[in-house]
Amino acid sequence: MTYRYFPGCSLKSSGRAYEESLLAVFRALDVPLQELEDWNCCGATAYMSVDEVRAFTLAARNLCLAEQSGAAGNGGTDIVAPCSACYLVLLKTRRYMTEHPDLAQKVQAGLQSVGLQYQGKARVRHPLDVLVNDIGLDAIKKRVTQKLGGLKVACYYGCQIVRPFPTFDPAYNPTSMDRIAAALGATPVHWPLKTRCCGGTLTGTIPDVGLRLNRILLKEAKRRGADVMITVCPLCQFNLECYQNEIRRQLHEDVGLPVMYLTQLIGQAFGLSDSALGLQRLFVPPARVPAAQEGGKVANA
Amino acid sequence: MPDTTPTNGTPRIGFYVCHCGTNIAGTVDVKGLADYVATLNGVVVSREYKYMCSDPGQELIQQDIREQKLNRIVVASCSPLLHEHTFRHATAQAGLNPFFFQMVNIRENVSWVHTDHAAATEKAKDLARAAIRRVFSHKALEPKKVPINPAVLVVGGGIAGIHAALTLGNAGKHVYLVEREPTIGGHMAMFDKTFPTLDCAACILTPKMSAVKSHPNITLWTYSEVANVDGYVGNYKVKVKRKPRYIKEDLCVGCMECVTACIYKDARFPDEFNVGLSKRKPVYIPFPQATPQVVLFDPETCLQLKKGKCKQTCIEACDRECIDFTQTEEFKDIEVGTIILATGFQPFDPTKTPYYGYGQYPNVYTALEVERLVNASGPTGGEVVLRDGSHPKSVGIIHCVGSRDEKTNRWCSRVCCMYSLKLAHLVKEHTGAEVYNFYIDMRTPGKGYEEFYDKLLKEGVHFIRGRVAEVTDWAMEPQEEGKLVVRVEDTLIGTVRRVPLDMVILSQGLEPRADAQDVRRLFNISCATEGFFLERHPKLAPVNTFTDGVFIAGACQGPRDIPDTVAQAGAAAAEALALIDAGHMELEPNTAFIREEDCSGCKSCVPLCPYKAISFLEDKKKAWINEALCKGCGTCVAACPSGSIVQNLFEDEQIFNEIDGLLSELAQV
Repeated sequence: MTYRYFPGCSLKSSGRAYEESLLAVFRALDVPLQELEDWNCCGATAYMSVDEVRAFTLAARNLCLAEQSGAAGNGGTDIVAPCSACYLVLLKTRRYMTEHPDLAQKVQAGLQSVGLQYQGKARVRHPLDVLVNDIGLDAIKKRVTQKLGGLKVACYYGCQIVRPFPTFDPAYNPTSMDRIAAALGATPVHWPLKTRCCGGTLTGTIPDVGLRLNRILLKEAKRRGADVMITVCPLCQFNLECYQNEIRRQLHEDVGLPVMYLTQLIGQAFGLSDSALGLQRLFVPPARVPAAQEGGKVANA
Repeated sequence: MPDTTPTNGTPRIGFYVCHCGTNIAGTVDVKGLADYVATLNGVVVSREYKYMCSDPGQELIQQDIREQKLNRIVVASCSPLLHEHTFRHATAQAGLNPFFFQMVNIRENVSWVHTDHAAATEKAKDLARAAIRRVFSHKALEPKKVPINPAVLVVGGGIAGIHAALTLGNAGKHVYLVEREPTIGGHMAMFDKTFPTLDCAACILTPKMSAVKSHPNITLWTYSEVANVDGYVGNYKVKVKRKPRYIKEDLCVGCMECVTACIYKDARFPDEFNVGLSKRKPVYIPFPQATPQVVLFDPETCLQLKKGKCKQTCIEACDRECIDFTQTEEFKDIEVGTIILATGFQPFDPTKTPYYGYGQYPNVYTALEVERLVNASGPTGGEVVLRDGSHPKSVGIIHCVGSRDEKTNRWCSRVCCMYSLKLAHLVKEHTGAEVYNFYIDMRTPGKGYEEFYDKLLKEGVHFIRGRVAEVTDWAMEPQEEGKLVVRVEDTLIGTVRRVPLDMVILSQGLEPRADAQDVRRLFNISCATEGFFLERHPKLAPVNTFTDGVFIAGACQGPRDIPDTVAQAGAAAAEALALIDAGHMELEPNTAFIREEDCSGCKSCVPLCPYKAISFLEDKKKAWINEALCKGCGTCVAACPSGSIVQNLFEDEQIFNEIDGLLSELAQV
């Protein structure tokens, strides 16, 4: 089945490494991911708080486009949204369209003016969901050439993909990313902060609050011996990686820890090149723990 | 005096309007109403009076029946739920069949719900006119009497069942006490001390357990379940399934030689009585004071029973030859007149609140586990220790886990505040640890309860008001490392707190048993929305159900503590005794019956009856309604395609007359 890939703004800008590694990994797994033609802004949380109807209409247009391309014989209508904000907004739109007929009517009217009609056929999927439930851990395991033996990984899910709609993972203790990491040969560390706030946009607006939240995650992951933190959200990755110097300066705490996208870690285990995974774009040098490298080679020898 | 008024005699109707002080007269023009009804066809007398339910009010009716030869009575007053019985009785006393009486509710349905006096009076007139027309077609009815079998079935051998059984047994009635577990005692037997007096639960319970076992009037069947219930009030036929213990119960003296001899030298299976905190063997006695003192074999873990292959060292060890691996389920048929359900509760499963870490962090315990830990006969001999055997220096008790919570159970479980205080006291006493209570509101209504709370405050137990957000193990500060951290908003000081602790106790709420719905169907009673058994009236019939002769006691009806449970068990026993000593029960005659000549035998009505009152007579190919079971709900009457079901007091003619009466004035508009 072909998935409709919805990049959203982040994966084309600050999160380019996410796009590069995601596409590379899906290619390596032979799973077609086709970028949705003429997609538009998901609206994210900002638009939603200003004008609900327009925000939902904006998001619904993307769902309509996915329905159309599916119907045109290009495979499935499932829309894959790697950015947590896009994923949540599209998911929320889909639910609201069935649960709130008043709103749906207004949105449909808006869509009609550009010749679209929302039918509710496009399912909203997160790459984690597709990797674990459609592709499966066995297929991922088979593709591994460079086992990450010994690498200790703190899996960080962020707040949006399991809350408030836990569609593929429990809200309080999601495990899908941990299971993938284990399939790659890495060791997921047990920690209770998988879905705790990364600071979100507060790092930009109220930095002293944002940085504190940020610090909690990095510090605890380090305390538990993680070699690397992996995530599936461009904003989380940005927050956790790019403010480490600032935390050192302001809060006098050495929180240095590589923060990578899950797909970059998978790509490494698949033996893909650094540039194909956008590793050169990371601020903190990626996890290359000698033990992990050696362990991997030994395991494969 | 038997009533002989012919049903088709010329109606001579007496009508009475009650003022109910100013309850009715303040809104409805009672004089105007009486004057109006006096003009209606068939009405001989029409009066108004301040309190019709008073003795002089009733006497007024009786005098008119005697002097004016009235043969129909209509009273316009309050709800029939309150005084229908009063007026029927007064009518019967004056020699008129009480079913010639009809009540019009002009209080709850008129004066209390309307403010426009003129409109309210008009509505009262409409309702009165409907009743006047209705009684034209009333008939004399005789309530059916059913005899009451004096034997009683008590289901559930916790403190409620035990107390009810002893009360009935002491009154000379035969009681069958059926308990699902291998021993009676229920949850109370697992508790250490009881609040607020701190007397030992076992010390006050076990004498009652022994009394049950040795009581000449009590047949105790443990490890048994009710399999089927047939019949009706006074005449229930019950089938009880006795699960095999693989032991001849009458021979075993509980010497435990077989337990010692078991091929498993070490106990290795989770001990149910200690909620998994200790281990038992496949052959065991649940706890030292278990009643009966008889061992049992667990078919899931006993090698002989599971695999059919074992050296059977237990059989060699038993010199009384009690062990019998060929035992199978046995069914006992009994006849009883009344049934008391005392099936209790189940504690909330805290894995449903994953944010409190139960099952994830070893040192998060349930309250029931800690009850066993502080108990001298528990798995640690009364020592409160963590899973690694060390003593906690700081302990937190989280209230309302699975209570007062939109996400789990919405109700207050009533006992948790008090048992949390008790555990706080006991844990502090046993360990000297700092103890924190995290509560939403302290609810301590009960004799000596608030005083107990006060005592705890003085003992230096900490109280933090706020619903706990999570129990976690991530450390913000060095002193939190290696600890459980409770994150909570302290709503009294208005800040989020992090409290590092060695041990966390979750005060689980009480919820209906998982199979409450099955039990409800078995005994043909109802459950309230949250799943606890439903009482007939929350205030005035708290231990009765909507099925006559079936009573409920204890936490199966809703969360309650031991004193309330015992009081309710006594009340249920008294209700059963009242029926038994009356010898018979009079049933409301508003039951439905089948006109056989019209019944086509389509069976539509059979599955519709909520009371299982309708059966199908295969020989006649007709439906048949058991009057003793019929509650007069009318479902079958409405559903019968051939109109062959008639309900006393709700015959078609009576209903149509009522409608005609209601609409007759409107038709003229």
